[in-house]
Amino acid sequence: MAYDKFTVLTSTAVPMPIENVDTDQIIPARFLKATKREGFGDNLFRDWRYNGDDTPKQDFVLNNPIYSGKILVGGRNFGSGSSREHAAWAIYDYGFRCVVSSFFADIFKGNSINIGLLPVQVSPEFLDKIFKAIEADPKAELEVNLPEQTITIVATGEQESFAINGYKKHNMLNGYDDIDYLQAMKDEIKTFAEASLY
Amino acid sequence: MSTPKSLFDKVWDAHVVRKIEDGPDVFFIDRHFIHEVTSPVAFLGLETRGIDVLFPERTFATADHNTPTINQHLPVADPLSANQLKALETNTAKYGISHWGLGHAKNGIVHVVGPENGITQPGMTIVCGDSHTSTHGAFGAIAFGIGTSEVEMVLSSQCIMQPKPKKMRVTINGKLGAAVMPKDVTLYIISQLSAAGATGYFVEYAGDVFRNMSMEGRMTVCNMSIEMGARGGMIAPDETTFSYLKGRELAPKGEAWDKAVAYWKTLPTEEGATFDLEYNFDAADIEPQITYGTNPGLGTGISQHIPTANQVKDGEASYKKSLGYMGFAENEQITGKPIDYVFLGSCTNGRIEDFRAFASIVKGRKKADNVTAWLVPGSHIVESQIKEEGILDILNDAGFELRQPGCSACLAMNDDKIPAGKYAVSTSNRNFEGRQGPGARTLLASPLVAAAAAVTGKVTDPRELI
Ligand code: SF4
Repeated sequence: MAYDKFTVLTSTAVPMPIENVDTDQIIPARFLKATKREGFGDNLFRDWRYNGDDTPKQDFVLNNPIYSGKILVGGRNFGSGSSREHAAWAIYDYGFRCVVSSFFADIFKGNSINIGLLPVQVSPEFLDKIFKAIEADPKAELEVNLPEQTITIVATGEQESFAINGYKKHNMLNGYDDIDYLQAMKDEIKTFAEASLY
Repeated sequence: MSTPKSLFDKVWDAHVVRKIEDGPDVFFIDRHFIHEVTSPVAFLGLETRGIDVLFPERTFATADHNTPTINQHLPVADPLSANQLKALETNTAKYGISHWGLGHAKNGIVHVVGPENGITQPGMTIVCGDSHTSTHGAFGAIAFGIGTSEVEMVLSSQCIMQPKPKKMRVTINGKLGAAVMPKDVTLYIISQLSAAGATGYFVEYAGDVFRNMSMEGRMTVCNMSIEMGARGGMIAPDETTFSYLKGRELAPKGEAWDKAVAYWKTLPTEEGATFDLEYNFDAADIEPQITYGTNPGLGTGISQHIPTANQVKDGEASYKKSLGYMGFAENEQITGKPIDYVFLGSCTNGRIEDFRAFASIVKGRKKADNVTAWLVPGSHIVESQIKEEGILDILNDAGFELRQPGCSACLAMNDDKIPAGKYAVSTSNRNFEGRQGPGARTLLASPLVAAAAAVTGKVTDPRELI
C-alpha cells in the first residue's frame, strides 16, 4: 500500500504522557472487523475518546481543540500488546505521520514503518522536554528531519538524533515498501525454498 | 573451535535468504498461519498489486477471532464478522490455501490447532498476524506475530524483512510448589521483568522447570513471552517434544521422521553460548499468581497485597490510573475480592491440561451462584478430549457448561464480552483496559486459580482447595 513520502515534518504535536499505551486502547478489537483499510481514524482511541453513548470525553486530549498536529507524542512503551497493524493505520488515518516516544513496542514500531508512520525514539529526558514545551505552549512546533535523523523543539532549538536503519530510511524517504523489494528477488527465494527441510 | 551457538542462532541463521547492509535480513518463513481478522487487507493488497501467493501449501487458515462460541451451526449473526469469515473462505479458496473454517473438525484457535495437528515443528520459522504466535516457540521453533503488511509479504514471497533481535535467556531451576502451573511461572517472570522488560529480545527458557514441563505447559509459557515485550520465546526440543509430535497428522512420517529427529537433536543451545541478557530465578519463589492491574506485568503471588506505586516499575500516574480502572487500592489484599465472571480458554490456557486442572478443583463442588463462567476449549480436538476423558461430566455436575471453540472472551470480538465494571478471573493473556469488553476488569490467572474463583465466587488461593 503506497504511503506519503517522508522527508522533513514541522508540526505542532498532540501530547499523551501515558505509559504502556497498548494497541487495544489505540484501536479496540471490536473495530477490527473491516475487510478494507479505511476509516480507522474515526475509532482511534475510541474508548478513551468517547463515552458509552458516543459523546466525546471532554478531558481526553484528542477532544481538546488546543492540541492538534501531525505528531503524536506518547509515554514509554508505546504500542505494546497486540500485533494489529490497524493500530498504526488508525493513527495514520487520523492524520498523524510521526509518533514520538522514549520506547516503542517492537511489533508496533515495525508495523508503523511499514505503513509510512515514522516512529521516533528519543531519550526519556528529551521526551520530558517535549512534554514541557507543549505544556508551556500548545502551539509549540517540533521538526522531524528524516534525512538528518534529528528531532528539534523549534522554539528552543533543542535537538536530538534518532536511529533508523539505512534500508528503512530509504523506503520512507521514497514511499517504497518491502513488498516491492521482495518481489524483485523471487527467484533467489525459490532457490532457497527448494533446499528447505520443511 | 567454532563459537558455541544458541538454539535461536541456529534456527535464525538457517533462514536468512539475504542480508541487507544497514538493514534487516530477508527472512524465510516455513509456516504461515492466517485468520479472518488480520488477513483480508493483505489479500486485498495482493489483488491491488496484481501478484500471486507464492507457496500456498505453506499457509494454513483457521477462523477463530470473531466466531461465536454457541450455536456454531447457525449463520453468524453479526454481519461484519460474517463478512470477514466469508472473505477468509473466498480468499483461501481462490489461492488454494487450506482452510479450517467454522464447523470444520479441525477448527479452533490458530495457536492451538497448529501444534495439535503437527504443523508446528522444531527448527521451523512460523509467523501469523497475531502476537501470540510466540506459542509455537514451545517446540524450538522461531515463531512470532506480524502485522498485516507482513502477512502480505509472506503470502507473496514467503519472506519478511527482520532485523535479528537480541537474545535473552531466562533460567529457572528447582521444583515448583503445589498448585503452581506454567501460567504462574510465566506471570511470575513477567511481573519480575515488567510488561516491557524483554522488548527487543527473543527469549530462550531454560532450566529444570521447563525441562520437566509438558508441551501444553511450554506452550503457555512461550505464548505469554510477548506480554513482557519479547518478540517470542522458545524452548529447546527434547524427548517430550518428539513424543508429543510423533504420529500427529502433519508431522513427518517414516524415514522423514528419523531424519527430522536427527536434525532436531542438533538444535539445543550449546554449552558456553552467550546471551545479551540473562535472568535466573528459583522455582521455590513462585506461588500461584494473579494480576491486579491493566498490563500483564502488574501481577503478584496470590497471597500478597497489591503493591504501592513505589514498588512497581510503571510510572506513578500510569499505576494510579491502572488501579483506578480496576477499582483497587494500593496495599489491599487480593484474596477475598468478589468476582463476577470466570473465563477458561484462549491460546494461553485452552488446551486439555487446562481443562483437567480446572476440573480437578471443581470436582465435587458447585459453581458459585454469583459467577458466570465461560469455559471455551481451544479447538474441536480439545473439545472431544474433554468429552472422552469424562471431564465434561465433572464440569456439568458442578454446574458448568462447555462452549464451542474460539478466541471468545480473550479479546471479546464476538458476543462473549465481560460487562463494564465487572470482574473476571481469566486464563487468557491480556488484562488491558477493555480487552474483555468495554469497561471490563480482568484478573489474569491459571486454570487452578480460575477454578477456585469459580466455586467460591471470590479470589481464592487454590492451595486451600487441593
Ligand atoms: S485466544 Fe486471544 S491471544 Fe489467542 S489468538 Fe485468540 S485473540 Fe489472540
